[in-house]
Amino acid sequence: MDHASASPAPGRPGGAGDGAVVLALEGVGKSFGAVAALRGAQLELRAGEAHALVGENGAGKSTLVKILAGVHGPDTGRVLLDEQPVTLADPAAARAAGIAVIYQEPTLFPDLSVAENIFMGRQPLLAGRRIDRRALAGRCRELFDRLGVALDPDRPARGLSIADQQMVEIAKALSFDARVLVMDEPTAALSGVEVERLFAVARSLRDSGAAVLFISHRFDEVFDLCDRITVMRDGQWVSTDRAADLTVDQVVRRMVGREVASLFPKIDVEPGEVVLEVRGLTSRGVFADVSFDVRAGEIVALAGLVGAGRSEIVRAVFGVDHYDAGTVRVAGEELRGGSPAAAMAAGLALVPEDRRQQGLVMELSVERNATLTRRWELARGGLLSSRAERAQAAEWSKRMQVKAARLSDPVATLSGGNQQKVVLAKWLATDPRVLIVDEPTRGIDVGTKSEVHRLLSQLAAEGMAVVMVSSELPEVLGMADRVLVVHEGRLVDDIPRARADEDSVMLAATGQVAGGAGVAP
Amino acid sequence: MSAPVTPAPLPEELAAPERTGRRGAALVQRLVVVRELGILAALLLLVVVTVIANPRFLSGQNVRDLLLSAAILTVLAAGQTMVIITRNVDLSVGSVLGLSAYATGTLLVVAPGTPVAVAVLAGMAVGAVCGLLNGLIVAAAGVPSLVVTLGTLYAFRGLDSLWASSADRLQINAADLPGGFKSLGTARLLGVPVLFLVAVVVVLLVGYYLRTFRSGRELYGIGSAPEAARLSGIPVGRRVLTAFVVNGALAGLAGVLYAARFQTLDTTAGTGQELFVVAAAVVGGVAIFGGSGSVYGAALGALLLTTIGTALPQLGLDPFWRDAAVGALILAAIALDRALTLRLAARLRGRNARRDR
Repeated sequence: MDHASASPAPGRPGGAGDGAVVLALEGVGKSFGAVAALRGAQLELRAGEAHALVGENGAGKSTLVKILAGVHGPDTGRVLLDEQPVTLADPAAARAAGIAVIYQEPTLFPDLSVAENIFMGRQPLLAGRRIDRRALAGRCRELFDRLGVALDPDRPARGLSIADQQMVEIAKALSFDARVLVMDEPTAALSGVEVERLFAVARSLRDSGAAVLFISHRFDEVFDLCDRITVMRDGQWVSTDRAADLTVDQVVRRMVGREVASLFPKIDVEPGEVVLEVRGLTSRGVFADVSFDVRAGEIVALAGLVGAGRSEIVRAVFGVDHYDAGTVRVAGEELRGGSPAAAMAAGLALVPEDRRQQGLVMELSVERNATLTRRWELARGGLLSSRAERAQAAEWSKRMQVKAARLSDPVATLSGGNQQKVVLAKWLATDPRVLIVDEPTRGIDVGTKSEVHRLLSQLAAEGMAVVMVSSELPEVLGMADRVLVVHEGRLVDDIPRARADEDSVMLAATGQVAGGAGVAP
Repeated sequence: MSAPVTPAPLPEELAAPERTGRRGAALVQRLVVVRELGILAALLLLVVVTVIANPRFLSGQNVRDLLLSAAILTVLAAGQTMVIITRNVDLSVGSVLGLSAYATGTLLVVAPGTPVAVAVLAGMAVGAVCGLLNGLIVAAAGVPSLVVTLGTLYAFRGLDSLWASSADRLQINAADLPGGFKSLGTARLLGVPVLFLVAVVVVLLVGYYLRTFRSGRELYGIGSAPEAARLSGIPVGRRVLTAFVVNGALAGLAGVLYAARFQTLDTTAGTGQELFVVAAAVVGGVAIFGGSGSVYGAALGALLLTTIGTALPQLGLDPFWRDAAVGALILAAIALDRALTLRLAARLRGRNARRDR
């Protein structure tokens, strides 16, 4: 990638960023409960460089961003600003230190105007500390002109498209005249023109001496924009190199960096009958014309970028969300859409993505949670029997090796991995024919991860059909018999295990035809 | 930031929305106006119907009584608006009013020479302390304000009763109060009761503050998206605390107004006012989940609810109908707000659809 000649200003520091170190992290660790999100992370941002941070989902990038933003404090290690240790106690402190952050998810005030969103807490003032509304709108318009955004500063943020929300976030970050601009996957929702504008602005910031930290899964953008690339894996720093010295292959290998097969013990099973048959499933504006089969004993992964529509597809299959067209058949029988109860009766089970919100009642006990799906079978004359609940829960907890002090403890007291096992137990208790798991190992530690993998593999060997949505590429590659790749709401590829590797899945997920032109350089 | 960014020519699909975007802002402005005009229209309709049924409804004394009653509710509604905007609620205001009224009355009985201004400030101080307590528990303990203020509703009322019984002064009568203070309740300026003017000033001040100062805008931000407020460095705890203190002080002021108007004080003063206040704010278009609404709307809501209370007996209707009417009005207001929000969202989205797959 010819990034050096793309920079217009002659006086800017060289491509490797040989300016002074503005911001650095040294040996930073951060844990949430039992899960270590960061273990010895490090990063060095120099004035006048664009620096990429890459890693798989769950590598700790977003946690690192939140430490830079003052949202989380590090448990161990130091943050250095201009080579002096600093404590970024809260977001206001980070802002005062000249660090501006564009988050992955836009964080706007829907009721307030776009201009107020951008200048909240920093509105231009008249005498007597009154807000100067005219100047507010004017400065907002200047920013929008610079970004090429056609938005009215006075309209409320409510109803903005994701792309426009992201542009407002970008305008906000720009308005700080920040010394360090952190962009956490800012381009996911943007069109090509908008990405170009964002990059033009990022380059001009860089050329005027700011440090830009760019986090993205899109390698073409990483190599297009950035001078140096830091790779993270499992919360740890792996490498930092000049982009010019790296290839996409090298970066991917460092991101994955382990023997895939040994971690994910998928047992080979001869697939049986087709159990789940999805045809032409469409939900307008979300996904379109999705068709696939899943056989007994098969693990089929739905891979794709965050926001591609994978979770939405499985939610529609299970009947949580409605769909506009298409059919779902379970063992040949057509399923009534929009009814989770019908789906459960037909033998489907869905372990949702967000276990805290959707999978568990956090305040209830482990045994109550584990038997929620079976409360009718366990009831006598309409009343639940605690003894029956306890017996059932004890059996499943043993099978799943749930580590809880007492089964009567609230689920909230368990670690993430054990919570996930309870959710699995809850659904396995219904004895499903098709198990749909959405991000089965998100946010749980490595040990428990492999237990969940072993369990899924075992269930498939017993003849269950498993559909797995996962953003973790190694998990997808290690576990799945087939990988269905979703890109912008469409199934773009169906890759058998033998052909599935990082490149083939990533290329399809980023919308480039597998085996085609490929990603630069 | 001197480096020039070459502005590429805008592609057509990007150039178009500028004009429509402007209309989007105007649309919002119009809806806010429509919302407040709606309350005003309902108010006028009510007055016209009542006057037709009973021409004496608009007699000077009747209108003055109405404005006096509305004054107290309006002051409470102004404070409550500040709290609701931050996605909180203060249910203790009725009890705070009672406590402050009793405290002010006691002060004037014990020290009849106290200047009126000092008595007013004392009542507001009592309220501010109550508000501080509410705010501290909400902000520090992270307990939902609904529960906290439900607790202090009973606690403050209990304190009031305890004080009255231990001081052996269960009731303060007009005869006990100094004349200077009593005249505050009846004084007029250009024919308008002074108490009502006080309420108008409070509404204008709160309205000006919420619109014009950074911290006022931050209250809206906190209610609109608490997480975003935290991420953008707004001192959420401090702002919410301030809202509760100001609301408490205004409830204290309402207590002083109550004492000046009724001049007979016992420990039941202000009982049940809290829900009436919240109703006034909601009818006036203050979103119960925070983030939007104006103090002017809440004041109009207070005026409308008070007018209903006075008008229905004049129409020969049972007082029971007042509660039914207030209930119907709340439901109508919520339905209207929901409809307007959906409409607005749909139209803004329409203006916004600039690239689709």
